[in-house]
Amino acid sequence: MQIYLPIAEISVNAILLLGIGGLVGVLSGMFGVGGGFLITPLLFFVGIPPAVAVATSANQIVAASVSGVLAHLRRRTVDLKMGTVLLCGGLVGAAIGVWLFNILRNAGQVDLMVRLCYVVFLGAVGALMFVESLRAMVRNRRAPPKPRRQRGWVHALPFKMRFRVSGLYISVIPPAIVGLAVGVLSAVMGVGGGFIMVPAMIYLLGMPTKVVIGTSLFQIIFVTGFTTILHAATNRTVDIALALLLLIGGVIGAQVGTRIGAKMKAEQLRVLLALLVLSVCIKLALDLLIRPDELFSLQPVLL
Amino acid sequence: MSRLALLVLSLLLPSLAAAQDIVADLSQNRVSITTSFDGSELLVFGAIRRGGTEREEEDVDVIVTLEGPQHPVTVREAERRAGIWVNTESFDIAAAPAVYRIATSHPLDDILTDGSDLVHRVTVERVIRTGGIPDHFEQAGEFIDALVRIREASGLYAMQEGTVQIAEQSLFRTTFELPSSIEEGNYRVRIFLLREGRVVTQLERLVGVRKVGIERFVYNLSQEQPLVYGILAVIIAVVAGWAASAAFGRRG
Repeated sequence: MQIYLPIAEISVNAILLLGIGGLVGVLSGMFGVGGGFLITPLLFFVGIPPAVAVATSANQIVAASVSGVLAHLRRRTVDLKMGTVLLCGGLVGAAIGVWLFNILRNAGQVDLMVRLCYVVFLGAVGALMFVESLRAMVRNRRAPPKPRRQRGWVHALPFKMRFRVSGLYISVIPPAIVGLAVGVLSAVMGVGGGFIMVPAMIYLLGMPTKVVIGTSLFQIIFVTGFTTILHAATNRTVDIALALLLLIGGVIGAQVGTRIGAKMKAEQLRVLLALLVLSVCIKLALDLLIRPDELFSLQPVLL
Repeated sequence: MSRLALLVLSLLLPSLAAAQDIVADLSQNRVSITTSFDGSELLVFGAIRRGGTEREEEDVDVIVTLEGPQHPVTVREAERRAGIWVNTESFDIAAAPAVYRIATSHPLDDILTDGSDLVHRVTVERVIRTGGIPDHFEQAGEFIDALVRIREASGLYAMQEGTVQIAEQSLFRTTFELPSSIEEGNYRVRIFLLREGRVVTQLERLVGVRKVGIERFVYNLSQEQPLVYGILAVIIAVVAGWAASAAFGRRG
């Protein structure tokens, strides 16, 4: 069933888009990530113009995150105060990101930057998570895990604040910076930034794992929502029809994924997610290194 | 239906064609892009006036072109820098058609001279305007070739040699496939009548390609009220997320 997308100006198979949304939904339900890092490259692959793919992914992630946060709110695993601090940084970051995206596009380097970002961040996060979760699996086999709390330089900064749900008393600076960085990435890469936010919250801020996903999703709603509006207002590249197809597939997939995820051990899930992240990273890295078939590329000039 | 139209046309021919060498029409002069739009077909047909001052045995040829809306485009060339492929050189093309198709009655090189091509801008290389600096001419050629090559690969540009059928040296017809990734605008159809490599006469018709219904509404909203559109997109996403959670939450 072909459907013509009004903004992307291309006719694509609706079932294919539902499938992409569904596949990414399953993964996001299993691993608690938005799935933007998968959806954007998949949309490139289907032939959606990159600018439309990035902007529309952000819109789709809003829906996935709302669905996820509501589930977490019922379980009281969202730290609203921490989320708000992250969000303040995130909104500033998103504005910087959209501005940066336009500069890079005019310089013809947006594809390169988006890919480099993906390779660097996916590579780093994937490798860290892979090593950490393998260690956890080995540790679990020997002894029950001990709760650990980091007490590094992060805790020596001023402007301390108490985050009751997370059980933390730390400076607001690190979460604000984490939020800002993720905001920039979310606008440039068309991702929610969960795959960076989640490890940053666990390893950098020392938040307990059970509140991390809900809190991350909470702030992602606002950052991606803001990014969507900015992209729509400045670039006019948000395709509602495309977003709708992706999110119908996505929300159904997410529920399936949550059920699969509930049956697996946390370390196993993390190893699988790490492998997935690393394989996307390797694929993108190869694209940068191997000589492309067509050395030339076209870019429409926007007025 | 097109056969019937051809027949009617040929009957009317003597009176219609009295003042010109060629008459032509299109199967449709508007194409509507609906949600289920998946490409379309455009039939171009017409008749050539024979006799008069020309000798009967003289061969005539017909070239038909279809041209989409023109846009500026930047062509970029990638080079290897520090091991990775980076866009380095770029070239701005002032206007290139989004879609271009040429249908001919015989191989193009046999029926059109370079001079006529230059004057009448028949081939896509002549239609693309560099708006440019003559100093960069050689380099421009490389970038224009790349543009044509990329758009041919994605089905936007096409050369259909020998697809104009001429019956009894007087009736001609050809069809164009409009790709599914077509954009809005006025598409120009030009019909050239050629003798011995030169363009004898030329005719132009327009096809209006328009988004209709919901496609029209969504597109207009995104262009005219971008802020409202963006907020609407977010609201739809929030409602969809909430609905999914509510629907599955109760069951699970």
